[in-house]
Amino acid sequence: MNTLTRENRDSDRVQTEQFLAPPASVIEAGEGYTLEVEMPGVNKDGLDISVENNELTIIGRRSLPVVEGTLIHHESRPENFRRTFELDPSIDANKISANVEQGLVTLTLPKAEHVKPRKITVS
Amino acid sequence: MPLIRYQAPELAPWSAADRWSNLGDELNSFFELPFWSSFGRAGQLFTGWSPALDLYQSNDNVIAVVELPGMRKGDIEISLHDGTLTISGERRRESSSNGEKAERTERYIGRFRRSIALPTSVDATKVSATYRDGILTVTLPKAEEVKPKQIQVS
Repeated sequence: MNTLTRENRDSDRVQTEQFLAPPASVIEAGEGYTLEVEMPGVNKDGLDISVENNELTIIGRRSLPVVEGTLIHHESRPENFRRTFELDPSIDANKISANVEQGLVTLTLPKAEHVKPRKITVS
Repeated sequence: MPLIRYQAPELAPWSAADRWSNLGDELNSFFELPFWSSFGRAGQLFTGWSPALDLYQSNDNVIAVVELPGMRKGDIEISLHDGTLTISGERRRESSSNGEKAERTERYIGRFRRSIALPTSVDATKVSATYRDGILTVTLPKAEEVKPKQIQVS
């Protein structure tokens, strides 16, 4: 039921602006996660990343190159990007950092101190 | 327990035609399966990478605009052969340290190749390219003989 409620709310938002959901990858390392999202045409100024109710939303608005001439072959899509992730409670939302390079958004999501793997020495 | 849970996107990446043909399936899966399972079926993600390419034509140039997010400049190759422009290259995984594991991979990693026939002949010696914000713009000046010419009536 939760799922449906969430999807419904999403489709309400879509009515006002269409977004593309870009491909993303998640890599786990001991200290946390790395999230990579492909947003060609998006630079620092067009990025809007927020966390609300444990939900991470990444919106990327494109600043596309202005090309002189007539479009004779078209494959790209004009929409901006949006992708939403539900964060695991182990992630420390206050310590999420982001970087964008050549249209690839990389987020670093560290785990909270209390869930990091820890070695306990027997004394 | 899932670590980072995905939400189903409202639009499949790039493939509009694919989206419609799968609509029925998508709807069914929405109700029958956990919501995240409907994601990641846009076939191209797992069968290779065909970057979106736009082609423009002006009086003097043919311009190709290609979406290549997350590449290094040095890993992009541009070649011209028999009136066909080919853009190829390799996308590498960024430095991987010990103990890393991929939770979920939608991004294509590896070699790709994209070709398109050009509408007119171009001057191969004057081709230039820029790569900015993950978008490659290749400018191919038209060969002199195919440029439109203004003829003065005397």
